[in-house]
Formats: sequence, C-alpha cells, structure tokens
Amino acid sequence: MSRGLLFSFLFHTLVIYLTMLTLPFMMREPIDLPPIVSVELIEIKDKTYIPFAPKARKIIEKVKEEKKRVVSEQAPPASKAKEKPDRIPMPEDKEEIKELIKKKQNPEEIKPKIRQASEFEKKELFDTNEIAALIDKAKEEQAETQRKNDELTQSSVKTSFAQGLSLSEEDALRAQIFGCWSVPLGLPYDKDLLVRIKLKLKPDGRILKSEILDHARMNTPGQSFYKILAESALRAVRICQPLKVPPTGYERWKELQLNFDPTEMLKG
Amino acid sequence: MKKILLIISLFLFSYKNAYGLITVDITRGNLDPLPIAVSPLHVDSKSEKLSIFETEKLGEEISKIIEKNFKSTGLFNPLKRDAFVQRPDIAHLKPRFEDWRLIKAQALVTGKLLIKDKKLKVEFRLWDLTAAKEMVALSFTTTPNNWRRVAHIISDKIYERLTGESGYFDTRVAYVSETGPKNQRIKKLAIMDQDGFNTKYLTLGNELVLTPRFNPTNQLVTYLSYFKNMPRVYLLDIETGIQEVVGAFPGMTFAPRFSPDGKKIIMSFAKDGNSDIYSMDLENRVVEQITKHPSIDTSPSYSPDGKYITFNSDRSGLQQIYVMRSDGTQVKRITHGAGLYGTPVWSPRGDLIAFTKVRKGRFYIGVMRSDGSGERLLTENFYQEAPSWSPNGRVLIFYRETKSDSKGKGFSAKLWSIDITGYNERRLKTETDASDPSWSSLLSK
Repeated sequence: MSRGLLFSFLFHTLVIYLTMLTLPFMMREPIDLPPIVSVELIEIKDKTYIPFAPKARKIIEKVKEEKKRVVSEQAPPASKAKEKPDRIPMPEDKEEIKELIKKKQNPEEIKPKIRQASEFEKKELFDTNEIAALIDKAKEEQAETQRKNDELTQSSVKTSFAQGLSLSEEDALRAQIFGCWSVPLGLPYDKDLLVRIKLKLKPDGRILKSEILDHARMNTPGQSFYKILAESALRAVRICQPLKVPPTGYERWKELQLNFDPTEMLKG
Repeated sequence: MKKILLIISLFLFSYKNAYGLITVDITRGNLDPLPIAVSPLHVDSKSEKLSIFETEKLGEEISKIIEKNFKSTGLFNPLKRDAFVQRPDIAHLKPRFEDWRLIKAQALVTGKLLIKDKKLKVEFRLWDLTAAKEMVALSFTTTPNNWRRVAHIISDKIYERLTGESGYFDTRVAYVSETGPKNQRIKKLAIMDQDGFNTKYLTLGNELVLTPRFNPTNQLVTYLSYFKNMPRVYLLDIETGIQEVVGAFPGMTFAPRFSPDGKKIIMSFAKDGNSDIYSMDLENRVVEQITKHPSIDTSPSYSPDGKYITFNSDRSGLQQIYVMRSDGTQVKRITHGAGLYGTPVWSPRGDLIAFTKVRKGRFYIGVMRSDGSGERLLTENFYQEAPSWSPNGRVLIFYRETKSDSKGKGFSAKLWSIDITGYNERRLKTETDASDPSWSSLLSK
C-alpha cells in the first residue's frame, strides 16, 4: 500500500516537474524545421552530358532584367547545382519556387531530350500542379523529418533545438579542426583532459577573442599537462582560422564553444 | 523505467541547451609531426677559442643534434634551414613571428652560447609561433666537453614542453658489442649515448657477457658474465670499474635486473634443471627466493611501483608470461595466445608490458596491458628480442639478427628502436654489431 503511494507520489512529482519545465518551452515559437527537398540523382551519359551553367545564367539574367529577385544571393547557380542532397533549404526557398512559376521563361526552348538540368532549369520545367505537389511533398517530408528528429541522438537534438549549427555544418567545422590539432601524445589519459575554449568570431570566421574556460587549471600544481593540452587546442584554433562557419546566421554562431578532449584518441 | 529516465534526461538536457551557446566537441586530432624550426644557436663573439672544437661552429652543431633528436621521435618535423628567413645572430632576440609562420613553423627554438673562463654557457628559448609567445627559456653552464649533453638536455626540455611527457635524449644505452665470425664472437660490454656517440667499452672481451641492465641512478650495471666458464650475475660500477659477483649462489645465475628503487637485484638461479626467481638486497646481501616451482621461471621484471613482478615460465607446458606480487604470491598467467612469450619488461609508466613472441618461426616484439589484455605486435622479423623501454615509456629498443648461411656468412646483429604505436622503426648506429640493449633513465632529472 505504502509502496504504491510512494510510487504515485513520485510519479506525480515528476509530472509536475516536467510540466513546469516544458510549458514555457511549449509556449515559445515552435522550432521551424525547414523541409528537405530531395534532389534526384540523374545518371550522366556521354549523350546527355552538356554543360548547364550558361543556360542557367541566361535564365537568371532574364529574370534579373525584370528586376525581380528570384535567386538567393547566397546561392549562386554553380554552387547550387553542386549542393548535396541532404541540404536543408531556408524557408525562403519555397517563396523562390513560387516566384519562378510566375516568371516562367519560354519552356519550349529547352529540349525535352536533355535530362541533365540545373536546379533553375528543373524549376522552369515544372508546371504549377507539380510545384504544388512538390510543396505538399515537402510538407510530408517536413513531418517525416520531425518524426526522425525525435529519434536523433542527444547531441543532434541539442544542436537542432539550439538553432545552432546543422549536423553537416558542425561536421565541417569539426573536420577542419581535427586537421589542425596536433595532439600532445604524452598526456595522462586517465586524467580529466577536457579543455573548453570559448570563441568570439568575426563574420568571416576569423577569431576575435579566445578564452580558456577552466583557466585556473592552467597553473594548478600537478596539472601541468593541462596547460600543454590547452595550448595545443588554442594553437589548433589559430592555425585553422578562418573557421569553416556557415555563410549566414552570424548571430547564431558569433560565439562558439569548442570542447577538446583527446581521451578516446590517446587510449587508442 | 530506465527508458523513462533516459527520455527525461534527454528532455532536460535539450531544454537546458535550447537557447544556449553552440558547443562543438573535438575528440580527435592529427598525429602529423609538428613543424618546428631550430635556428642555429648564436655564438657570442667574445667566446674563447678551444682546441676540442671549432667554437664558431658550435652553435650550429648543437642545433643539428637537437634537430636529429626531434626527427628521430617521429613527432616533430624540423624544417629545412634554407627556408629560414631570420638569421641566427638576431634570432636569439624576440623573433619576427610572422616571418616564421610564413614557413609554416609552429614552434621555434633560438638561443646563444658563450665560452668564458673555460665554461660553456648556453641559453635557449622555445617560442609558440601561433600564439606569438615564449614557452620556455633556460640556461645551462657546464664544461665545454659536455656540449653534446647540453644539446640533449635542451631537446628533452623542449620535448617535455610540447608533448607533456619527459624526454629521453639525455640517456645512455648499455649493450653487448659483438665482433668476429658468428661461431667465435667476441662480446664486450659497451655503453653509448642514445644517439650512438661517445661509445665506451667496459670489458675487454675475454669472457662472454650478456644482458646488461642499468640501475635507476645509471651508476651501476648488472650483467651476466661467463667468467671462468661459470655464468653468474655481476655488478659493475661504471665510474670506478669495480666488478663483483652478486650473491654466493652454488650454480648458474642469469637474467638480472634492478628493482625500481635500485636496492635489490632480481634474477634467476638454476639448479638441477630447475630455475627459480630470487632477489638479493644490495645493502645487507640477504637473498630471498621468490618463486618455487619445478619449471623454468626466468626474465623477472618489477613494476615501476615495485609491488609486482612479471616473468616468463613454462609451468603450463609452453613458455608464457606471468604476473605475481613481489613476494611471490598471487601468481597469474597473463598470456594465452598462440606461440611462445618471453622477456617481459614492465613499462616505466606502469601501463604496459613489452615482450618477445615467437610464433611459426617468426619473432615479434609487442606490448600488452599488465593484465594481458590489448596485445599489440609492433614488429615482426626473422630473429629479434630483448626489448628495453625508453625512460618515458614511449619507445622500445631491441636487437635484431639477420639470417646467415651454414658458415655464418651474412650474419649481423643490430640495435633497433620502435615507437609503441608501431610506427617509426629506426636502426641505431653502433660502432660494432650489437645485442641486448638496455636503456638508462634520464641522466639529468
């Protein structure tokens, strides 16, 4: 009896606690995860292989003539064509698609035989129904993405909720620093080897200010290895600059914390 | 229930970070050698001229030794001097960091020397070029004869500052020098600096000598000598040249090694086809039997804290490695792999045991944890054995013999070293053929 009572008490306390924590969070604006637009991979054969960039440029120029901005400045044609399928477009992308439909440019000129096409050409070839379908599909995919996000690992959840760097952005930055960090090999791997560095960045990814968060440990007796480790981490960051940060969203990443920990690597 | 807790903690964690600072975990780095520039040391124009070397070139010679030491570690990449943009005579002042960064150097060594009143004074500075600050600056005064040691000590200080572990350059290697044809080898006890210079022969070669081992202060060497055809463990004082037999054993003693405090010698004593492990206290000469088993127990080696001993024994039928407490209790077999295991040596760091393994006629040098797990074979060859640790536990030195024909032609024995990662295998230069190396601890601590 008392056991059941205790369990009930604990359960209710937990529910109240969770409600206290989550309610303010729920009241905030929901995290607007942009939809994933899948890109079809088209097999390129000799016959179909033609350069597409000039064509895309023509279209852009024509659109520009009408003084309507239909393409994002951050996404020039060449790089857009090379984008990875897993790119998460910004919400404005949907707007761009709509704009393109309105400003459709002589679709008959593009030969139907040519299967290799740029993003812009593809969009030119779509009719409104297809676009609507695409948007619907995108919505479905958005739901799918959100469902998948529920299953993401802790670190992924952390990043997404923080509206911080996307996984690919984080990976790019991490990979860059891996290459710059010469790990001192003589460190005692059974000790706490976590060095936290807080960075203030310029919009171009260069370092404005770097700060070791546990600075007191630098001069603690018996922790001389920490100073060596912290110095190596600072060297890595300086050598790496400008850091590979996203081209947009400076406000998000102008302050960044890097946690260096070579324990796993040293244990081998 | 666990699931619920996990979900809750995930949720709380997410909440905490919802609008926080973006953090990125960096858990890996590169193992590329660190680019370092060693500027030739500036020789003060007021320096006295000495007959033992060309004073003007001394600064360059010292920096060459430092470079060579760094190169041998595999952890540093000393940059070519042709690329240096600052001359040595101004490099002992505060360097122009941006100039050195141009050649992709991350660290810079500068310094100067002065010979006055027959004393050599050397100063050096290590600079972090990316942070544009000094990392360490030291000066040494010694007799000019010691100039090579000064170079090694500087190398050690820099190594320690950049890697976080002590260096191993100001050390010596004791070994058995071998000359003559294979079936008539003359074996002498020899000692040299770790870079192969300053070789000295400690015995004349009249008796066969084997397995020299340093004591922790590097003053004494214990070894096996066949004096009057009776193999026994001897003790030799390097400075005085005085030798003595260790213990009055009524038979053959072999495989000696010092305890970490240098107060005891541990060795094998063979009688009637059985050999057991004994220790002798060097102060009161008390002998203690440690193992008592009707099998061959040999090659004992203490753990750095002196609490345990590793040794090899054929008590299971095949030669394997065992660990026991230093009083001989709690004997535990730690190797179970295929093949024979021998010559276990405990790392000065205490985490690993190096060994020789023989399998299908091939010889391997390997390391494993002290409980026998994590076995890694570092190098394989026709014949190689007897690993010995560098004082920082990062490098192993051992010897390797080549195959010969029935007349002994083509035979050679050389010293080699390898990093515990299995990379950076190098041959050590010796004046003659060499075997049974033993690495000393740091001469200057």
